[in-house]
Amino acid sequence: MTRPSLLLSVALFNLRSLPERKAAAITAAIGIAGVVGVLVGVLAIAQGFQRAMTVAGAPDVAVVLRSGADSEMTSGLNRADTRIIGDAPGVARTANGPLTTAELFAIISLPKRSTGTDANVPLRGVEPGAFEVRGNIKIVRGRRFATGRNEVIVGAGAAHAFAGLDVGQHIKVGQNAWEVVGIFTAGGGIAESEIWADTAVLQPAYQRDDNFQSVSVKLESAAAFQEFSKFLTNHPRLSVKVMRQAEYYAEQSTSVTRFITTIGVFIASLMALGALFGALNTMYSAVAARTREIATLRALGFGSGPVIFSVLLESVLLSLAGGGLGAAAAYFLFDGYRASTINWQTFSQVTFAFNVSPALLGKALGFATLIGIGGGLFPAIRAARLPIAAGLRES
Amino acid sequence: MNASSQPLVHIHNVTKTFKRGFEDLHVLAGLDLAVQEAEFLALMGPSGSGKSTLLNLIGGLDRPTSGIIRIGEDRVDQLSDRQQALWRARHIGFVFQFYNLLPALSAGHNVELPLLLTNLDKAGRRRHVAAALAAVGLPDCASQFPRTLSGGEQQRVGIARAIVTDPTVLLCDEPTGDLDRKAGDEILTLLQKLNKDFGKTIIMVTHDPHASARASRTVYLDKGRLSDQPSA
Repeated sequence: MTRPSLLLSVALFNLRSLPERKAAAITAAIGIAGVVGVLVGVLAIAQGFQRAMTVAGAPDVAVVLRSGADSEMTSGLNRADTRIIGDAPGVARTANGPLTTAELFAIISLPKRSTGTDANVPLRGVEPGAFEVRGNIKIVRGRRFATGRNEVIVGAGAAHAFAGLDVGQHIKVGQNAWEVVGIFTAGGGIAESEIWADTAVLQPAYQRDDNFQSVSVKLESAAAFQEFSKFLTNHPRLSVKVMRQAEYYAEQSTSVTRFITTIGVFIASLMALGALFGALNTMYSAVAARTREIATLRALGFGSGPVIFSVLLESVLLSLAGGGLGAAAAYFLFDGYRASTINWQTFSQVTFAFNVSPALLGKALGFATLIGIGGGLFPAIRAARLPIAAGLRES
Repeated sequence: MNASSQPLVHIHNVTKTFKRGFEDLHVLAGLDLAVQEAEFLALMGPSGSGKSTLLNLIGGLDRPTSGIIRIGEDRVDQLSDRQQALWRARHIGFVFQFYNLLPALSAGHNVELPLLLTNLDKAGRRRHVAAALAAVGLPDCASQFPRTLSGGEQQRVGIARAIVTDPTVLLCDEPTGDLDRKAGDEILTLLQKLNKDFGKTIIMVTHDPHASARASRTVYLDKGRLSDQPSA
């Protein structure tokens, strides 16, 4: 066995010669920085989208849809259904009654601030209980809409992404103009992509009579979900699907998150292949430039282990330096950057913030390490196999 | 390391053949050589005669096609790569024509390199490095880098590196080949001193009759065979 101190000594001696090869080393590190920066950027989109979809998912809130519906778009419930849901066991109550909100979900078209082109924005009709059911809604400008009036409040993400949604402006829904009276946040969750109005006013505007698309329910506790769900799914007059809110949002985000992640990993993999060849080229050049040094070390009695380790360590350190640079650049450029994309489940825009999390940075550095190992392994083996006698004669 | 009646270096019927395309190149053809302990042997011969090849075989840097190479009690030709590396670290000190110092390391660190393969601690290594540099006449050069030293000084550092582990044999491949006459003479004087005062066994490959004159014996290699006289 080669002593760790010996491995380290040879590796450190090798690293001291790095300044002599700085041009190639910097080129390789910058290539890897680019790859890691793109990977982090794209995965930050997927992570930000997923976060927006799931952050609002409280464990003690349930969503009820019609049986067979996979989103609110394809769901339908009537007033009688919502009463049965409100009377179910496990539902939290106040002096005003059960904490539920029967909601209507519609799509309107508004111009995006960035391009001026129209895109779909979710318009949600909610009941007064919606604020308590969701719990994290905070009016940051203006006020809540008044019940029975053509007023809307707008999520901060939607207000940022779409034109005409500032307080005091009006949007046209059906035949009527609706005044924007407030801007709200929802802890970064998907509700920030929506426009909210009073369900009772929205129903006639969309000729929905007394029908809804979903009911959200605040439960007494997270544990009450089983009882609540069992009661509704076994009720003879109901045909509904009951999910925890977190589970519902996670399901809604799956396909888009998977798509963005797949695209991101594909692009990063192609770029990584380029960076891998760059690292290989750099390390082969390094080995070629050090042929006589390596042969000298081996002539003095150093085995192949320290030589392989020293080349691999140099490659990994270069990759980590590049990866760290790329990850840092991605963090400062992208973290918190707001964008919007379409949610295929509802065909409407979801606004979200890019999320460069510590876990993502860790993954990026892991990826850079893999590039380093891949780029250093074959040159390291080559270095260890160089014929010593021939290597000593290299100039 | 060896019984007094036995030569320290014993080479018997050694051949070395290289492949060049489809052709076999016979560099050494049934070569025999014995070198006694504390002998200073000069190995001469024309270019391409196989001098360096023979030196590499003795130093365990290459393997013979056939034959026996024994240094002390060790059959060098039968050692595995790993065993050869360990054996070189213990028994061989190399002096190269172009010094082969690592440019990124100071003279002291270059001399310290072979000591990393021993069990000496840092303080012990430092003592050995100082002693070796003093022995070659460069006691104050430990912190200097090779590029700041003259050719002769670099070769002295190379010799300090070669002797720092007190090896059994010093193998010198054209040690004065890259030096002017004055610096070359100083190196030869140093090698002579190591041989005479410290009893070092030295095998030196050289083209230079002036250098070989410093050795206690000279052998000539031509067409793969050794003789005591240069070929006509």
